[in-house]
Amino acid sequence: MIGKVIRSVKITLPNPIGTTNPLMANSTSLPTIAPEVFPQQAPANGMFISLGPQHPSTHGVLRVAITTDGEVVTSAQPDIGYLHRATEKLAEKRTYPQIIVLTDRLDYLAAMTNNWSYCLAVEKLLGVAIPERADYLRIIVGELQRIASHCVFLGTYGIDIGAFTPFLIAFGRERERIIDLFEEICGARLTYNYIRIGGVMADSPDGWETKVSKFVKEMYGRIDEYDTLLTYNPIFMDRTKNVGKMSQEMAVAWGITGPNLRATGFKADVRKDDPYGLFSKMKFDIPVGKQGDCWERYWVRIQEMRESLKIIEQALAAMQPGETMGKIPKTFRVPAGEGYGHLEAPRGDLGFYIVSDSSPSPYRMHIRAPSFINLQVLQVLLKDWKVSDVIAILGSIDIVLGEVDR
Amino acid sequence: MLELGPLLSRAFQALQSWVILHGVPPLAAWILAKAIQVGVLVLLVSLVPMVLVYAERKVAGFMQARLGPMNVGPYGIFQTLADGVKLIFKEDIIPVGSDRLMHIMAPMVVVSPVFVCFAPVPFGKGLIPIDLDISVLFIFAISGISTIGVLMAGWGSGNKFSMLGGLRGAAQLVSYEIPRVLSVVPVLMVYGTLSLKSIAMGQVGLWHGFLPKWFIFYPFIGQLAFVIFLIASVAETNRTPFDIPEAESELVAGFHTEFSGLKFALLFLAEYAYVFLSSAMAVALFFGGGDGFTLGGWIPSWFWFLGKTFAIVFLFLWFRWTFPRLRVDQLMQFCWKFLLPWSIVNVGLTGLMILLRK
Repeated sequence: MIGKVIRSVKITLPNPIGTTNPLMANSTSLPTIAPEVFPQQAPANGMFISLGPQHPSTHGVLRVAITTDGEVVTSAQPDIGYLHRATEKLAEKRTYPQIIVLTDRLDYLAAMTNNWSYCLAVEKLLGVAIPERADYLRIIVGELQRIASHCVFLGTYGIDIGAFTPFLIAFGRERERIIDLFEEICGARLTYNYIRIGGVMADSPDGWETKVSKFVKEMYGRIDEYDTLLTYNPIFMDRTKNVGKMSQEMAVAWGITGPNLRATGFKADVRKDDPYGLFSKMKFDIPVGKQGDCWERYWVRIQEMRESLKIIEQALAAMQPGETMGKIPKTFRVPAGEGYGHLEAPRGDLGFYIVSDSSPSPYRMHIRAPSFINLQVLQVLLKDWKVSDVIAILGSIDIVLGEVDR
Repeated sequence: MLELGPLLSRAFQALQSWVILHGVPPLAAWILAKAIQVGVLVLLVSLVPMVLVYAERKVAGFMQARLGPMNVGPYGIFQTLADGVKLIFKEDIIPVGSDRLMHIMAPMVVVSPVFVCFAPVPFGKGLIPIDLDISVLFIFAISGISTIGVLMAGWGSGNKFSMLGGLRGAAQLVSYEIPRVLSVVPVLMVYGTLSLKSIAMGQVGLWHGFLPKWFIFYPFIGQLAFVIFLIASVAETNRTPFDIPEAESELVAGFHTEFSGLKFALLFLAEYAYVFLSSAMAVALFFGGGDGFTLGGWIPSWFWFLGKTFAIVFLFLWFRWTFPRLRVDQLMQFCWKFLLPWSIVNVGLTGLMILLRK
């Protein structure tokens, strides 16, 4: 029986180099594949390297097709889609609160900000008021999430450059503590589903705020430790300074947001430019770089961690006991219309665009994923750098493939 | 009292005379004794990497706020043994596109010179397998053969990452050989010999009653020579910050990407054996070999030698877990524009010092 059900399917994969694939050459029904990603023959002078999708430093299942002349990259083309889960389509079949769990799986290193961004869009459509305490809790978990996410970036970037220890220090020690805090407040360690439409899932447990403020105090010293470990390490600076420079014009033209844009010296931050929640009350700086090289992209993130700590301190000080959930019925219909909510996620401007036809589920949801848009610049950014620099640049853009492929 | 050298030589004398008494020709007896010595040496040299791998994992663990291996045996001391057993029983994969002969030969070519290199190392008083007159030159020359193995491994794997790694490895090893040899020249000039044993013997004693007569304590030239030797040795053993041939984040695992099972174990063994060899050489050249206070004969010279060697091995481990990796061109620049000129300057300074002494 089983043998009959499973028909023998012969899959012919396109061969990256050399032999031409007859299926590819004749069939028009196959999706067209960019010639750079699966070249039919090796470049005349030089080499074709398929970096990924199983390469250790592509941060997930990204494949970068590069041609090199010796060690110098002549062309590069990111090939995405290995992690596509059709989140936007799935959202059309679910009720609004059910979609929050889908957003957790986008940028899995920053699920809190994903939840928040989606909720902002729905709340705009609903026109619901958020209790103050919920807004402060959102700020605290959002900024903690930014630190946790940047800790992962710092660690993996260290590994890209060849330093192993920062990974286990930042990832295994500090991020772990943040995740423990999240576990205490919402029960999950990676996919939180904590920020809900109209507020947050639950109030913070007893003693949670003290733990957070204790962590924040210690974290200042930890960031100084990262500076000695990695930031100002001469070899690290040699590898990343003046490498992968991105001009302001280029960054704006490619729609880059987040730390990558700020590293070029362009002062743009959704928290300041289009304040959401209670960010208009918070005092913090936007760290910017000068020339947008790898080191500055890294440095901006380190400085952002410090600013996030300041924001958390202010939020903790200002927070009063109170309600954590707005007046929202158990089941609700969203009035017909369009809503766009965006915020400053750790990787840039994360937006959710929702079209409602007043049915229980959205008519259409679109996600403006910062990683996806930041990734596109690689095809011009990687050119003329060495293969080792490809890794440095790729790492400094800081992409999460869950968000790129959605 | 605890010196192993005289004890061993007496044992071998006894063995030889016992065999000769039973009617074996003297030459055969001598060959037998040497064969046993070689066997012991090869065994020890193969055991050293196991210790070093365990040490590396523990050091890495403590530097990274974790414990390292803990499960196999008390404090995980049998972890490397278990890993070795695993590697031996693993399937030996030869990729389809590979050059079979090259692929099979490469680990052997990499690993066999290491054992030969340990022959003239003075492990302590009387604990020197063969006292060669040209032992320093011998070690440099023989260890250079491993470069061919790296190149063979890179080429024979039929993998682009491996080939890039192999080419990088060959370029790096050939380049760093030069400052490495030149950094040792001042030592040879001062002691006027190429024999590691004589160099180590020349460093026994104290200056003004408190400072050991080790070469590292020669003002300026000693430290400079040691630093250059250490840096070049780290590069020669392909370790961070010079692990470009096997740069994990760029080239997956460089020239040993396609090796599995015992072949991989051999390549691994060669790396750690070279770390140990470089440290042992540094001890014999710069730290007086087995020299040290003996507490009335209770601390033997081999203990001092091994202690100092492991201290320098620790430096290698320390570098690995704190430094990022250089880029290929930066690596070459560092070698040709910094290490080489300074090692030549050091040779000149040593010549000046010897002239002034006269």
